[in-house]
Amino acid sequence: MIELKNISKSFGDRKILNNINGVFQKGKPNLIIGASGTGKSVLLKCIVEIATPDEGSVFYDHRNFTEGDKDLKVEIRREIGMLFQGGALFDSKNVEENVKFPLDLLAKMPRDEKYDRVNLCLNRVGLQNANKKMPSELSGGMKKRVGIARAIVNSPKYLFCDEPNSGLDPQTSILIDELIRDITYDYDTTTVVVTHDMNSVMGIGENIMFLYKGLKLWEGNKDEIVNSGVKELDDFVFANKVMMAMRNK
Amino acid sequence: MKDFGKYFIFLGNLFVNRESFRTYYRLTIEECVLIGINSIMLFALVSTFMGAVTTVQTAFNLIAPYIPRYVISQVVREMAVLELAPTIMAIIYAGKVGSSMAGNLGTMRITEQIDALEVMGINSTSYLVLPKIIASLLMYPLLVILSIVCALAGGYIVAFFASYITPTDYIYGLRYAFNPFTITFALTKSLVFAFIVSSISSFRGYYTEGGALEVGQSSTQAVTTSVIVILIADYLLAQLMLAA
Repeated sequence: MIELKNISKSFGDRKILNNINGVFQKGKPNLIIGASGTGKSVLLKCIVEIATPDEGSVFYDHRNFTEGDKDLKVEIRREIGMLFQGGALFDSKNVEENVKFPLDLLAKMPRDEKYDRVNLCLNRVGLQNANKKMPSELSGGMKKRVGIARAIVNSPKYLFCDEPNSGLDPQTSILIDELIRDITYDYDTTTVVVTHDMNSVMGIGENIMFLYKGLKLWEGNKDEIVNSGVKELDDFVFANKVMMAMRNK
Repeated sequence: MKDFGKYFIFLGNLFVNRESFRTYYRLTIEECVLIGINSIMLFALVSTFMGAVTTVQTAFNLIAPYIPRYVISQVVREMAVLELAPTIMAIIYAGKVGSSMAGNLGTMRITEQIDALEVMGINSTSYLVLPKIIASLLMYPLLVILSIVCALAGGYIVAFFASYITPTDYIYGLRYAFNPFTITFALTKSLVFAFIVSSISSFRGYYTEGGALEVGQSSTQAVTTSVIVILIADYLLAQLMLAA
């Protein structure tokens, strides 16, 4: 479980996040949604502390990550897997080396076991024969899948995905969503997904946090989202024509 | 001043929360190949021509009949050892290696590869930059030695094919009144310049913000800042070590 308490963040005079509170539950895909520029990615960066919040704290299973000492931060970070928007694969390493990277640095296991684990993860994301390919040879969807394989190779307790569907076709998007959902259930991870894709919301949104101009305006699940009664959320949800058609039915 | 403080914090971060020795050893060897082996041809070519041109120009200026011809190679030696090999090559080194380091780190920054390392709990500064600095400190002095040898060889080629000085006089001049301290001075400068280029370029690249345009700007800033600091350090070292 991840708990956010009073998270605020500004860049210069501009307040990006304003007193965000919330809980991301274990074993469920938790979604942070909102239009572009509402602070979703900044919130995610604050949660994993790529950006430091100006105020507030993030708790990982009751451990205060924000105010913890260096050792605690390293300990928690090594329990985190993250899929970045562009994949963030290391250009100079092939697929296998990219996925093996966290094991090389963070895990103490025999070489053969590492390769078995890498192959297992690549199989899990449906990339059995891509071990020796370089990132430049991969499509957007393949990069995301390699990113997921790298994120889960170390059996993380917490999985973060930043816009996992951006730039992907609808079919690949669904594939990635299903992969994230299945991994969450199978490995019982606390998964946090930042997205503005309504297909993802309706597909895997079991716990959804809606951000609007740096404020948390609503929290619920995919069944409740269409009847939230929050104007800003309705504007966001029903901007999608398919959703609008669904409502009119 | 803000950048100055940030630079020293950046240097301090190189030595906290490090990875295993084996990891750094492997990365340093990889960087040595990138920095050193891949620069050999450029250094050899530039130095040979620099030595050849210095010989021709010195001969052109030393026209007084009472000045022995071997003075030409003596001048070439002093110029190559004291200034051309360590300092001028450092500027070329900043252009080739420094811009590459800044571009590499800048690209890693904007494509979130550095964030990925941080999220994994790896000290990205130490993991990415320390091997570059160590490799630079190991390879640049070797490149300077290569450069000195090639510059002197370039002068010898001129002596052999042109009529300014005979090869025998050239060799005599190279050996005449040689002060070994000049080599110590050159190698001291090479260590300082290697550190300046690698640390400043890494610093500029590491803190790149934005997109592809900013990566290019970081590379340019890395080279210009390195060159300015090299020239200042060059003067200070000369003042410290030679002015007695």
